[in-house]
Amino acid sequence: MPALQRSANEMRIDIIRMLHAAGSGHPGGSLSLIDILTVLFLRYIKRTKENAQDPDRHRLVLSKGHGVPALYAVLARCGVIPHEDLLTLRQVDSYLQGHPHNGSFPPVEASTGSLGQGLSIAQGMAMAAKLDRKSYKVYCVMGDGESQEGQVWEALLSAPHHKLDNLIVVLDYNKGQIDGPTNQILNLEPLGDKLRAFNWDVQEIDGHDMQAIDDAVARAQEENGLPHFIIANTVKGKGVSFMEHPTEWHGKAPNAVETEAAIKELEALLN
Amino acid sequence: MAKATRVSFGEQLAELGATHPEVVVFDADLSKSTQSQLFAAKYPERFFEMGIQEHNMIGAAAGMALSGKKPFICSFSTFVVGRFEVIRMSIGYSEANVTVVGTHCGVAIGEDGYSQMALEDIALMRTLPNMTIIQPADDREAKAAVRFLADHKSPAFLRLTRQGLEDLHGDDYEFRFGKADVIREGSDAVIFATGGVVYNALKAAEELESEGLNIRVVNIHTIAPLDVEYVVQAAKETGRVITVEDHSIIGGLGGAVAEVLGERQPTLMKRIGMTEYGRSGTPEDLYVHFGLDKNGIKRQVAEFLK
Repeated sequence: MPALQRSANEMRIDIIRMLHAAGSGHPGGSLSLIDILTVLFLRYIKRTKENAQDPDRHRLVLSKGHGVPALYAVLARCGVIPHEDLLTLRQVDSYLQGHPHNGSFPPVEASTGSLGQGLSIAQGMAMAAKLDRKSYKVYCVMGDGESQEGQVWEALLSAPHHKLDNLIVVLDYNKGQIDGPTNQILNLEPLGDKLRAFNWDVQEIDGHDMQAIDDAVARAQEENGLPHFIIANTVKGKGVSFMEHPTEWHGKAPNAVETEAAIKELEALLN
Repeated sequence: MAKATRVSFGEQLAELGATHPEVVVFDADLSKSTQSQLFAAKYPERFFEMGIQEHNMIGAAAGMALSGKKPFICSFSTFVVGRFEVIRMSIGYSEANVTVVGTHCGVAIGEDGYSQMALEDIALMRTLPNMTIIQPADDREAKAAVRFLADHKSPAFLRLTRQGLEDLHGDDYEFRFGKADVIREGSDAVIFATGGVVYNALKAAEELESEGLNIRVVNIHTIAPLDVEYVVQAAKETGRVITVEDHSIIGGLGGAVAEVLGERQPTLMKRIGMTEYGRSGTPEDLYVHFGLDKNGIKRQVAEFLK
């Protein structure tokens, strides 16, 4: 696990560099997300350049599309994106769009960024696996803000009805959205109770504890008739002290001075 | 015999189930109306009843398509295309090979009134760069369109009627995707019509012959991609263009033809279609009320050509 944590922190540096180079983007939700994606991709999905288009691959839909720098960073770590390409994020001739677009870059699996749509797509992928009796898992990583969308609750009602126990949702519950703290804008609580009432298999963990993430995802491999929902409590901007704030760093890129300060802090975590 | 294109669709799709194992069908609690029930009865394991959740149905179908399936998703057109932003992202921009099947189009659904009528769906779907749009005008064409779409590899929209449609085509009819279908020659003007009103437009043109007007009638089954070259050629040859559709005149077939001619062959046009919200009434009374019956089309065309 320390090796995984170290990898995640190295990817945090990639994220900061990408966002600084792009001059715009979403650091808070990318930094809260990276530990989750690190465990999912390096321990479970095991994405490689070779298996990225394999029909039997495990799939991950990033429903909170604004967290895509974290997805690109981990796909670079997996060898699917040449590392030097990361700095082309959001440029007009780059395949690394500001939000995931599978037409530009198929390994992101689906186009997201208009919030609340990814869980339905992941549900459909899980239904296809069941229909074809395939053993791949479908992961969906969601944000708390987007969980206010009506379509999310349609899918939350639907997936248990279709007994999609090959569907594993991880909520990056960083408690912040653009206009303020999530519980002040539109409170989701009591979230676990709501999900259990909707017939989901629910776990609640610290989303920055690599061992806890790994244990929860391991448990969620079980196919017991219920879809799996892991509420991962996270901190927006995690790893960079001055970015750890529910709203301040939702959608602004660090300038040169901030970038240097952030990387200095993150490099200290590597030692 | 008059048959609704939704019935033609349901029959043909149920047949294709045998040869197309990748075809899956979704419905949102309207399978008896959309006729997806015919497929459901034969292939229950490939039919997904989603309940009254159009947003989620669109997304789940996109996920299935991205996993190699060929979904047809069915509902009243206004309910499914009305969830346009999900179609835009999860089907269009995701390049998901889904066919959206919208039934109960236009005011011809009758008594249920405006809330169930799709009058804006073509306009919305036309804005998506990769969206194929097909609206058949009779049973044979509807079945041919379904066969075509089952093998088609891009997002698509199939617009179908609740009401029965008279046959326009014979047994030898060959559906040519993206091509205008000339059903009556003529040189004084051309009517481009689509869907359930093609027959009315044809009858109107036939009667106008006795008033000295020789009018061409062209069935536009493929609205996107439009047969641009034919539209320009017909405008050049006749000099007057009329469009007829059971849809808003904004953004539908009339809009599409006007856009092409405005850029390529400026021509005086008359767009016949809907300019206000629909209302309740029998389908026949509504077509008279809104000028989409044979006599209404005849009157408007004659006025335009005066």
